[in-house]
Amino acid sequence: MNPNIVTIKDPILTIEDLSIAYDKKVAVKNVTVGIKKNSVTAIMGPSGCGKSTLLRALNRMHELYENITTTGSVRLNDEDIFKMSTIRLRRKMGMVFQRPNPFPTMSIYENVIAGYKLNGNSIKKKEKDEIVERSLRDVALWDEVKDSLNKKGTFLSGGQQQRLCIARALAFGPEVILLDEPTSALDPIATSKIEDLLIKLKEHYTIVLVTHNMSQAARISDYSMFMYLGELVEYGKTKNMFTNPQDKRTEEYLTGKFG
Amino acid sequence: MNALNETDNTRSRILKDKIVLGIVIFFSLLTISPIVLIIGKLIAKGYKQLSFGFIVENTPSTFEAMTAISNHETIPGGIANGLVGTLLMVAMAAAIAIPVGIIAGIYLYETPGKFLPNLIRNVSDILQGVPSIVLGLISYMWVVKHVTNGFSALAGSVSLAIMMLPMIVRSTEETFKMIPQSLKEAALALGVPYYKVILKVMIPTGFSGLLTGILLAIGRVMGETAPLMLTALGSSVINLNIAKPTSAVPLLIWEFYNDPNMVDLIWSSSLLLMIIVLSLNVISKQIAAGRK
Ligand SMILES: Nc1ncnc2c1ncn2[C@@H]1O[C@H](COP(=O)(O)OP(=O)(O)OP(=O)(O)O)[C@@H](O)[C@H]1O
Ligand SMILES: [Mg+2]
Repeated sequence: MNPNIVTIKDPILTIEDLSIAYDKKVAVKNVTVGIKKNSVTAIMGPSGCGKSTLLRALNRMHELYENITTTGSVRLNDEDIFKMSTIRLRRKMGMVFQRPNPFPTMSIYENVIAGYKLNGNSIKKKEKDEIVERSLRDVALWDEVKDSLNKKGTFLSGGQQQRLCIARALAFGPEVILLDEPTSALDPIATSKIEDLLIKLKEHYTIVLVTHNMSQAARISDYSMFMYLGELVEYGKTKNMFTNPQDKRTEEYLTGKFG
Repeated sequence: MNALNETDNTRSRILKDKIVLGIVIFFSLLTISPIVLIIGKLIAKGYKQLSFGFIVENTPSTFEAMTAISNHETIPGGIANGLVGTLLMVAMAAAIAIPVGIIAGIYLYETPGKFLPNLIRNVSDILQGVPSIVLGLISYMWVVKHVTNGFSALAGSVSLAIMMLPMIVRSTEETFKMIPQSLKEAALALGVPYYKVILKVMIPTGFSGLLTGILLAIGRVMGETAPLMLTALGSSVINLNIAKPTSAVPLLIWEFYNDPNMVDLIWSSSLLLMIIVLSLNVISKQIAAGRK
């Protein structure tokens, strides 16, 4: 047991001894950690340390790659995610990517309910309207787009597109939202809007966020992980980690000595 | 280096630029001159014959043509049998090649670097270089001899379909490669099963690219003559039975060329074929440009 990893009481996600390798290259090594419900958890670390791999394992998107081996377990509310169907799992774990990626052939409206549309779930028009409005309000985009719901999602600005993508992830009513550097392609104003949004969203959702931006982690996260070469080096309250890092590598990273 | 030298340098550079530019323009014009000459010739010699009747009437007999020529009249009739045959055979070829080609293209895109897909890609590239008359021969051996027991539109379509296949396979693969990976991931992250991601995200997103490839392939095979000689043979009347010999515009051009009484008709027929093929090209270019 690594003493620099705090134990979370009643975690929504329990990751136990998780290791992931691409072919022979081990990208995530024996990670054991719990994620607190209704909090923002940031995953930090130098490039290539396995942040994305760990995040993508949580909704099993990492299985898209070939020759991948996964050992250990991940439980969502005490249910083994590797035994769930990926469809059900991914409905419970929304994902937002580095670059905004609305579907270019779909309108704003259709993008929000893309999860239903693409899966072929037929729902009533009224219900659809409600989901679209609620999701867009959740990401503070409703007022900006309510008169142009039939325009293509790709007409929006980068920041608006990214909020649309968050709305798309929210439409299914997930429990967890996974975000992989969601603001790295955005300007500072769009970034701060998304940051405010994430802080607000944690009331209803649990948020796991990969970020390269330490001040972003400091601003919005409650808990922080520091990874190095596939290992989880340190995990705890963000405040504690930034003021008093326990591991030398964490300290060096946070003070900008590498990364 | 002093100031004077620099201006001299600049001047000679500008001069060189101009000379090079002139050469480039000259050779560019040289490249397009054949097509301009061809179109000019076709219009000059063929426009008289072009009329509504030319499109809706069957080819005249050589006797009718001879009578008209000796009376100094325009040759009666048209090439409706060829137009209908071309449309029929190209449509059937497309119906075969589009689904097969798109599925194969998706397969190549999805499994890069594997043995079987690489093999298919190479075979498809080789197929693109196979002389079209050989494809006609293949269809002759398969379809004419064993399926329709005689020359037929179906046999013609099969040879054209084999020609279209590699083009559609390639354009599908290239189109899909240009779609950002992140779009596919976005759909998968919504729990959408793989085949639905292909059908509902990849194909609609790449639609114009796929369409461009298909139209170019259709334009290519529309003017094919050699494989049709060995398969569709020809017919002096409109034929809609796919198991029977059928005419096509390029086949008619070849027949007109070989008949001294009909030789005047090659210009108008070629002009019409050229207009159709060029329009397809222009349309596909427009679609491709609209995509950017
Ligand atoms: N598809 C893949 N195939 C093979 N190796 C991979 C693949 N994806 C990632 N890796 C390797 O796994 C390791 C972890 O990659 P990962 O993308 O998780 O890092 P990261 O921390 O997210 O980096 P970054 O900050 O640059 O996004 C890296 O060494 C990387 O080279
Ligand atoms: Mg990453």
